[in-house]
Amino acid sequence: MVEPSFDVVFREQWGTVVAALVGFLGDFALAEEAAQEAFVTAAQRWPRDGLPNNPRAWLVTTARRRAIDRIRRDKSLAAKTMLLEVEEKARQGVEVGFRDERLELVFTCCHPALSVEAQVALTLRTLGGLTTAQIARAFLTPEATMAKRLVRAKQKIKAAGIPFRMPPADQLTERLAAVLAIVYSIFNEGYAGRGELSAEALWLGRSLAELLPDQPEVYGLLAMMLLHDSRGDARFRDDELVRFCDQDRSLWDLEQIAAGRAAFDRAMGLGGHGPYVIQAAIALAHIQDPRDWNHIAVLYGELRRLTRSPIVELNRAVAVGEAEGPDAALAIIDCLDLNEYRYLHSTRAEFLHRLGRNREASAAYREALSLTPTNTERRLFQRRLAEIDPTASGD
Amino acid sequence: MKYMLMIHQGTTPTPLDPAAWAALSADEQQAIYAAYQEINVTPGVTPGEGLEPPEMATTVRVTDGKTIVTDGPFVDTKESINGYLIFEADDIDAAIRLAANIPAARLGGAIEVRPIKQW
Repeated sequence: MVEPSFDVVFREQWGTVVAALVGFLGDFALAEEAAQEAFVTAAQRWPRDGLPNNPRAWLVTTARRRAIDRIRRDKSLAAKTMLLEVEEKARQGVEVGFRDERLELVFTCCHPALSVEAQVALTLRTLGGLTTAQIARAFLTPEATMAKRLVRAKQKIKAAGIPFRMPPADQLTERLAAVLAIVYSIFNEGYAGRGELSAEALWLGRSLAELLPDQPEVYGLLAMMLLHDSRGDARFRDDELVRFCDQDRSLWDLEQIAAGRAAFDRAMGLGGHGPYVIQAAIALAHIQDPRDWNHIAVLYGELRRLTRSPIVELNRAVAVGEAEGPDAALAIIDCLDLNEYRYLHSTRAEFLHRLGRNREASAAYREALSLTPTNTERRLFQRRLAEIDPTASGD
Repeated sequence: MKYMLMIHQGTTPTPLDPAAWAALSADEQQAIYAAYQEINVTPGVTPGEGLEPPEMATTVRVTDGKTIVTDGPFVDTKESINGYLIFEADDIDAAIRLAANIPAARLGGAIEVRPIKQW
């Protein structure tokens, strides 16, 4: 037997199997347990007996049987889930086969009636197939806390009547934006240093693109993530963060960049001009050599118009500063109400330094340091501070 | 599913505050009445009874077997409920849509959607 690794099958099938079971049982917790059991059984049997012809159908059927057995054994569960209905559906399912219900699953997991933390955890657990322990580790949260968060989310889905279905057409744009925001926040966690989460977000992004092939924002997000991720190896040198302008371009992943560009072209072909498509355009503009800062400033201007985000305005200030000089950047930065945001201070520091105002620059870097929790970033700021002001110690 | 929609008026102008209410144009006042009327006849909705303002509330607690009665609502006056309705719907999306149509939601208040426990 050629060995398609069990891990790969698990990865590819988990979300679909859980989705099919939630659709069938109408209960997240039960669906997940049944899926878990089916995968454990598969892990025991498949290495011995070989892969079944249709692994997904095997897993769904096995999990359904397990679920029905459990409902039969457990009277209170039977009352809640209406066993007869489930068995009837099981009988029909054998005839009609399985529909891919992952979209219903993702829209349920990312329902705005759930807290953002719960949305992230549920998406990673049910769609991504990460274990509770893995999610807890990735978010530096105790496993018991994460487990409780997942249990509560599943309870709320049930108690509040959060539906397992695609949102109606008039809500699709808003709800899709919520889903994309969750995927992007997972990516950002990974980008900040926990690489497994970036990979997870990319995988979710690709799945969404496959499931919603007509939505430009999905491709915009995917393109942006691919383009950022393509520089993953260049962003660190000996475990230290490397600034964009100091990165070794030969370490960029060209295949990933090509995939990002293709996703971007697809988004444009679909008439995309939403925030993710613009962010992908910005990511693309950044990898041109030399960079066209005027163009980047215009893109940020458009993005600010759409998002009204002061953080976007800070980024525009950087582009304007590169295009027109440090004074122009500082004029924008000093109008921003972002005092708690560390990059406001580090950006100010860099432009002040270019004007030779080093005392103010080092004060700004100290301010940035006082707001920076992660060690890798602290060390980058400390290095810059030492370069600007050799008498300073950044601690 | 059955939901209770609790209407918090917040800073919404209502006829209870004649000055604030008078600041609205006649068209806006009409639109608010019409919106509530429409909500009350929406299939699945059981309109709540009208409530006197939170200042008219009395709060009762029992401590060590003693009944303690205080004037005013349990929460802050500005956070207290000013109205409610019961809505029987397929799922929370329908309840959210109805809540979004309640004028208080856009005029400075908020609607809390609470599922009613099913036994």
